[in-house]
Amino acid sequence: MALDKPYLDVPGTTIFDAEQSRKGYHLNQFCMSLMKAENRTRFKANERAYLDGWPMTEAQKQAVLARDLNRCIALGGNIYFLAKIGATDGRSFQQMAGSMTGMTEEEYRDMMIAGGRSPEGNRYVGEDGDAQAHRQPQGGAGRSRGSGGSGGSPDAGKA
Amino acid sequence: MARITASVYTSHVPAIGAALDLGKAHEPYWQKVFSGYEFSKQWLMANPPDVVFLVYNDHATAFSLEMIPTFAIGTAAEFRPADEGWGPRPVPTVIGHPELAAHIAQSVIQDDFDLTIVNRMDVDHGLTVPLSLLCGQPQAWPFRVIPFAVNVVQYPVPSGRRCYALGRAIRKAIESYDEPLDIQVWGTGGMSHQLQGPRAGLINRDFDNAFLDRLIADPQAQAAVPHIDYVREAGSEGIELVMWLIARGAMSERPPRVVHRFYHVPASNTAVGHLILENT
Repeated sequence: MALDKPYLDVPGTTIFDAEQSRKGYHLNQFCMSLMKAENRTRFKANERAYLDGWPMTEAQKQAVLARDLNRCIALGGNIYFLAKIGATDGRSFQQMAGSMTGMTEEEYRDMMIAGGRSPEGNRYVGEDGDAQAHRQPQGGAGRSRGSGGSGGSPDAGKA
Repeated sequence: MARITASVYTSHVPAIGAALDLGKAHEPYWQKVFSGYEFSKQWLMANPPDVVFLVYNDHATAFSLEMIPTFAIGTAAEFRPADEGWGPRPVPTVIGHPELAAHIAQSVIQDDFDLTIVNRMDVDHGLTVPLSLLCGQPQAWPFRVIPFAVNVVQYPVPSGRRCYALGRAIRKAIESYDEPLDIQVWGTGGMSHQLQGPRAGLINRDFDNAFLDRLIADPQAQAAVPHIDYVREAGSEGIELVMWLIARGAMSERPPRVVHRFYHVPASNTAVGHLILENT
């Protein structure tokens, strides 16, 4: 019998449940390894070689190399683990979170200072809020859609 | 006998710790956050606890995917601030209370809550940021701390109902400890925030303030709210708020005295909520 997962219809959101955790085990453990300074140095020196030392899928490795956090999350990553990559790159939580929306750092920061993203239209898939799949990527990247900007992949909200 | 005098609730945003550690606390952006804690610092000095039982969550720091306990109680003599990837925070080592922690573990497990006993654990911003907010930047923390880590990272996380009942079991355990200690229970995390995906940056003032109202006046009703309501209304990381119900459950059944209440948006990605309740 399929278990009840009432969180699958929340737009732009992936819940890190036992199934995602299983898929992302090696990806997340790679991230944990970056809590040691010597590993951060080795990773920065040759990212591909470092990743090849982990039994991750090729898709997971490509997502890390591209710093595509939405893709990493779709493939089983969890933001608190992925934050170790951000720390290695010298990026803040706000920069990381913002990168998943398509907004520039400034656009995202301004949204937060203005009170954050409204829940209106963003509670259920199929509404018309700014986190819905058909409105990605957001911010400047959305206005110049098709120019190949990174982040905010349109299918990131799907389970 | 030991007694619970008060409970304190606060968000534990990592950027707050960074702002303090990097000397940015005077900036207008951060002043709006820290102003909400000026009263609390004075209150804490006037009402010093012997021990703080501090409910928080580990953020992929002490617990990797090798194992994540649902409820973990720190029984060590001390706990070091963790290196979360940016280097350890320059804050004092946290001094534990192994005797009381072991007593609580013994009592609470016999009340059917399966705690994991942890004798070695570094503590991350989830625990140290609340200490900084309430104590400032002292050379040593002014009280002992029992860290109590709750899994809110890997779903399913414990329900609000279970957290509230656990708080009651913790109260019973503390009140049966023979030494005359004044104890505060702190619940941390939240309020509304989402750190991932195209919905990152979600904030819900109405939900947060209704949560504060009900936590004060009708915690039993708030404890019945299912996970999905937190996720949908307060963001995927807003689920941390269930930890506040543990602290609330540890309070007396009589209505508490609301000593302080504060709410501000934003600190980085997050709505900051803060509450002090005294037992009457």
